[in-house]
Amino acid sequence: MQKDSSSVNVNAAGVAKNTYDAIVIGSGISGGWAAKELCEQGLKTLVLERGRNVEHQKDYPTATKAPWELEHRGRMPRKFLEENPLISKAAGFGEESAHFFIKDKDHPYVQEKPFDWIRGYQVGGKSLTWGRATQRWSNFEFTAPDRFGYGLDWPIRYNDVAPWYSHVEKFIGICGNKDGIEAMPDGEFLPPFEFNCVESHLQKKIKEHYKDRHLVHARWAHLTQPTELHLKQGRGKCQARNMCMRGCPYGGYFSSVSSTLPWAHKTGNLTVRPFSVVHSIIYDEQKGKATGVRVIDANTQESTEYFARVIFVNGSALNSTLVLLNSKSNRFPNGLGNDSGVLGKYVAFHLYRGSVSASIEGFQDRYTYGRNPTEPILANYRNLHKQDTDYFGGFTTFVGAYRPRGAEDAGETELGAPFKSALSKPGGWRTYMYMQGETIPKASNHVRLSDTEKDQWGIPLLVTSVGYDDNDEKMIKDFLTQSSEMLAKAGCLDISPYDTHQAPGLDIHEMGGARMGRDPKTSILNGWNQVHQCKNVFVTDGACMTSTGNQSPSILYMALTARAANHAVEEMKRKNL
Amino acid sequence: MNRREALAATARVLGGSIVGAQIFLTACKTPEKKREPFSPDDIAFLDAVGEVIIPTTTDSPGAKAARIGDFMRVIVTDCYSDAEHKIFVDGMATLKALSQKKYDKDFIKLSGEEQNTLLSAVNKEAKAYASTKREADPEHYFTLIKQLTTWGYFTSEPGATKALNYLPVPGRFEGCVPYTEGEKAWAL
Repeated sequence: MQKDSSSVNVNAAGVAKNTYDAIVIGSGISGGWAAKELCEQGLKTLVLERGRNVEHQKDYPTATKAPWELEHRGRMPRKFLEENPLISKAAGFGEESAHFFIKDKDHPYVQEKPFDWIRGYQVGGKSLTWGRATQRWSNFEFTAPDRFGYGLDWPIRYNDVAPWYSHVEKFIGICGNKDGIEAMPDGEFLPPFEFNCVESHLQKKIKEHYKDRHLVHARWAHLTQPTELHLKQGRGKCQARNMCMRGCPYGGYFSSVSSTLPWAHKTGNLTVRPFSVVHSIIYDEQKGKATGVRVIDANTQESTEYFARVIFVNGSALNSTLVLLNSKSNRFPNGLGNDSGVLGKYVAFHLYRGSVSASIEGFQDRYTYGRNPTEPILANYRNLHKQDTDYFGGFTTFVGAYRPRGAEDAGETELGAPFKSALSKPGGWRTYMYMQGETIPKASNHVRLSDTEKDQWGIPLLVTSVGYDDNDEKMIKDFLTQSSEMLAKAGCLDISPYDTHQAPGLDIHEMGGARMGRDPKTSILNGWNQVHQCKNVFVTDGACMTSTGNQSPSILYMALTARAANHAVEEMKRKNL
Repeated sequence: MNRREALAATARVLGGSIVGAQIFLTACKTPEKKREPFSPDDIAFLDAVGEVIIPTTTDSPGAKAARIGDFMRVIVTDCYSDAEHKIFVDGMATLKALSQKKYDKDFIKLSGEEQNTLLSAVNKEAKAYASTKREADPEHYFTLIKQLTTWGYFTSEPGATKALNYLPVPGRFEGCVPYTEGEKAWAL
């Protein structure tokens, strides 16, 4: 398969039939945005998705199922777990959501170090099952690697992305509060979900004890008060069911399937081709640019080529990197745009190992109505203006309180009516904090193609060589200490700090591999997400990340995608592409 | 995203770890052993045991109405490891034998009071065992039965809708509402 386009023999009619203005590889959270922007600008756009089709509402088989309608009440059968030890670990994975995740044996990869690579191969990708937290990055995060000397400088700043954050926020619908916190900039928000009584208590206590720590509403992709623009998408108000990962029949949270893809479809410019595994990008040496994409049909193994003026790579961080690595030509023997040898390197992720749980007395006369699909957040308070810890980077903290069912002494009661009664009532309140921490990109944390092993489509397997470092251990320690202290000051009891020691990857925030930068010698992409050495190829998913910051990354991918897509259209108009 | 927290809270209530949950953590490849299917008598027996643990009360049906025996059959068959399966099946035999030994009758033929007396003693034994057992030691069979009964009952239609307050589509979220002692908990 690894041949240059010069050797490909396709007749002119075939080429015309398979030619579009733009090709988007991947239909997940960033691919959907590329499709929307490009189609709206009038470009005939082909979206290639390696998995099956998923249609809004129609393909959410468990969306309205009651607990007793799930055969194993949410638990996966033993045989499935034994066959799928990797994917079963994913947050939110269960009988009600399993259909939106891969099965282990279908998609092998080589773990040189333990790395849990969580994937969802279908139209909509992981946007169906994402966490939905959508805080903006602050300028602290864009500048910290350079300011403190732990990484390559980003070629862009907060102000470059801010208008695109607004553009995305208005369209997808973000609920939150304008808090005026420098470390977590405000955006275009719908009203937030309320705090419960214990969360309000924690907010008050933390404010009392710490001047620089702000427990506020996080920002979430939920329609608490849909606007005209959301209603036009066919989406409605979030019903507070908190069953998001099954797919939302109301369109209450944002996914490609409920929002961007149907919107793009309405333009008449969109073609989505499911079951299309992208083998590589075709590079034309005479033209000095990419001309198309080689696709293998997932079911028939048939190979087809599609052509376009611009190509957007949105296959998820590691798969996009894999596609570039596998796009070999005489000009780029080590992968497309990889003269520098940086492709596949500087892979990083978010540190999710630390959490603290506790109980809190009181508030027995308070309860909640409905199910909040969001959580409060404690904005990053570490290493902002200056380096003030013994490690690099910062972390954000998700915080919450809830009142589980079952009186505390249920286990002690007699069998029968007293036991039943104790379990029918709410128990005492519980609280928790968990971290989402920055990790430091390093050349040694990398992915590459296997020299020997291939997948069922003949594509080399990805080798992951990504692990923790000392910086991570120090940050976890600090998080656990600080969080335990805050909960203690808020009057919590039974404070239990916990380190899962989980492998990287389970955070599902893997980033980098084709990082952005100013210099082609040290980066793959420029400040517009264009491959430095092949400008009509744009990579706008997690692969582009120069550093990880501490905020949930999906909305940044969406903003960068919209920004890049509009740049691509302008460049096409200027005949530069 | 607080699945770990939820698991921990349930374990605390029941005084033990959730059986079957460890399979989430370690994927042990065990050869499939042949398992005898549950008989209709087994299901009736488990219904009766479940009904003692969670009985019909004035406001809601009990575990038998939730078809708890059939639920246990599904989970023990499909989700339990071979080791857990053996503890459960041996435990059923132990309970049946206890009934014969003490009352010379099948468990399902006992009076409500006799069933209660027998299971209360076993419940005490299971709690005493749980309080001294090391983490790696197997669970007591009655701990498994009790966990399955409570899990199955409160996620069943009668349990969720009658013993609890079932609200599939809340429509809105209110963070801080009054609660009066005795009111039912939300089912979800």
